[in-house]
Amino acid sequence: MEFDFTGIIPAIPGLWNGMVMTLKLMALGVVGGIILGTILALMRLSHNKLVSNIAGAYVNYFRSIPLLLVITWFYLAVPFVLRWITGEDTPIGAFGSCVVAFMMFEAAYFCEIVRAGVQSIPKGQMGAAQALGMNYGQVMRLIILPQAFRKMTPLLLQQSIILFQDTSLVYTVGLVDFLNASRANGDIIGRSNEFLIIAGLVYFTISFAASLLVKRLQKRFAV
Amino acid sequence: MNYNWDWGVFFKSTGVGSEIYLDWYVAGLGWTIAIAVVAWIIALLLGSILGVMRTVPNRLVSGIATCYVELFRNVPLLVQLFIWYFLVPDLLPADMQEWYKQDLNPTTSAYLSVVVCLGLFTAARVCEQVRTGIQALPRGQESAARAMGFKLPQIYWNVLLPQAYRIIIPPLTSEFLNVFKNSSVASLIGLMELLAQTKQTAEFSANLFEAFTLATLIYFTLNMSLMLLMRMVEKKVAVPGLISVGGK
Repeated sequence: MEFDFTGIIPAIPGLWNGMVMTLKLMALGVVGGIILGTILALMRLSHNKLVSNIAGAYVNYFRSIPLLLVITWFYLAVPFVLRWITGEDTPIGAFGSCVVAFMMFEAAYFCEIVRAGVQSIPKGQMGAAQALGMNYGQVMRLIILPQAFRKMTPLLLQQSIILFQDTSLVYTVGLVDFLNASRANGDIIGRSNEFLIIAGLVYFTISFAASLLVKRLQKRFAV
Repeated sequence: MNYNWDWGVFFKSTGVGSEIYLDWYVAGLGWTIAIAVVAWIIALLLGSILGVMRTVPNRLVSGIATCYVELFRNVPLLVQLFIWYFLVPDLLPADMQEWYKQDLNPTTSAYLSVVVCLGLFTAARVCEQVRTGIQALPRGQESAARAMGFKLPQIYWNVLLPQAYRIIIPPLTSEFLNVFKNSSVASLIGLMELLAQTKQTAEFSANLFEAFTLATLIYFTLNMSLMLLMRMVEKKVAVPGLISVGGK
C-alpha cells in the first residue's frame, strides 16, 4: 500500500475541534477528579472508621474495574439516575456522562496520590498548627494541603497525562474527540491509515513533551 | 423512562438459541482471561528482555529499549489497538494479507491484534519495573559476581534477575491486573469479551443496572483473587533481609 498524507491539511480544522474536545474532557476530568479525590483522601485519613471505610471501598471499587466499562455504563445509566433525582427527563448527552465518568474514575486514583502526599508531611506540622489554636479544617487548608500539593504536583501531572491518553476511550460512545475526529476524517477520503498514524504521532508528541516537562518539574519541586 | 428491576434476569433466556444471559458472561469472561493471560506472557518475556537491555552498559542497546518504552507509553492504548487491527495488516505481504483478512475468521483476527497490542503495550511497563528491580539491587552484587569470574549473561541470569523479580512482584501484580482491565478495549474491535457481553445483555434485556453490576462484580472478584494469590506468592519468595523495595 502507499501512503498519501496530503488529505491531512484540509482536515486540520476538524482535527483541531477534536483536540479541543479531548483537552476539555481532560481538563474537566482532572479538576473534578482532584476535588473529589481530595475529599476522598481526607475521608480516608479520618479517624472515623465508617467514613474512612466508605472512601476506601470507593477507591478499591473504581480501581478494580476498567475505565471503558465506567464510560459505557454511565453513558447508559446517567439519564436514568438524573430522571430519578430530578423527576423529569434531563438530557445530558455523551459529553456530560463522559465527564462524570472521568471525574468519578480519576478521583479514585487522585485520592491515593493526595493521601500519600498528606501522609508524607511530618506529624509535627499538625501538632504545631494545633498548638497555635487552629482547628482541623484550618490546619488542613492552610498548613498540610498546600505543602502536600506541592509535593504531589509531579504525580498529579503524570496522572493527567494518563487521562489525556485515556480520553480516547470516549470513542465507544461516539463523542468526537481527537481520535474519533481523525478516524472520521480519514474514513471520508479513504485514507484512514494515514490519519491513524498522524493521530498516534500527535498523541505521542504531546504526551512525550508533557512527561519530559514533568520530569524537569520534579527536580525543581523537590521539597 | 420507567425501569423494571429484575435481578433474576441472568437466568432468563436470551432469545438466542437456548442460552441464558449468564452463559454470555461465562463466554465473555473466558475471552477476557484468554486475552489477558497470553498478552501477559508476551509482556513478561519482552518486558524482561527490554528491562535487561536498559541496564546493560551499552549506550546503543539501552537506547533502543528506552525508545521502545517511550513510544509505547505515550500513545493511547486505543490508538495502538487500531494500528494493530487496521493498519498493520495492510502492511503485510500480499499473501499474508489475504490470509489475515479472508481466511481467518473475524474473531481470530481481532484476538490476534488485541493480544499483540496489549502484550507490546504492557511490555513497556514491565520493562520499567524490571529495570527498577535490577537497579534497586546493591551494586556489590554485580561486582562480586564479576570478581568470581561470571560473564555478563551469567551475572544477569544467576545473580541479578532472580533477586530483581522477587523485589518487583507488587508492581508487577498491578500491571497484571491492568492487563485484565485493559483487555476490555477488545470490545471496540468486535471481540465478545466480558464488557461486550455486558453491553449486549444490557441492550437485549433492558436491565442495564443489573447487567453492569454483575460485570463490575466479576472484575472486582477477579482483581481481588489475583491480588490475594500474588500476595501469597510474594510472601513465599520474599528475599530474606530486605524491606520490600520499589513500586507501590
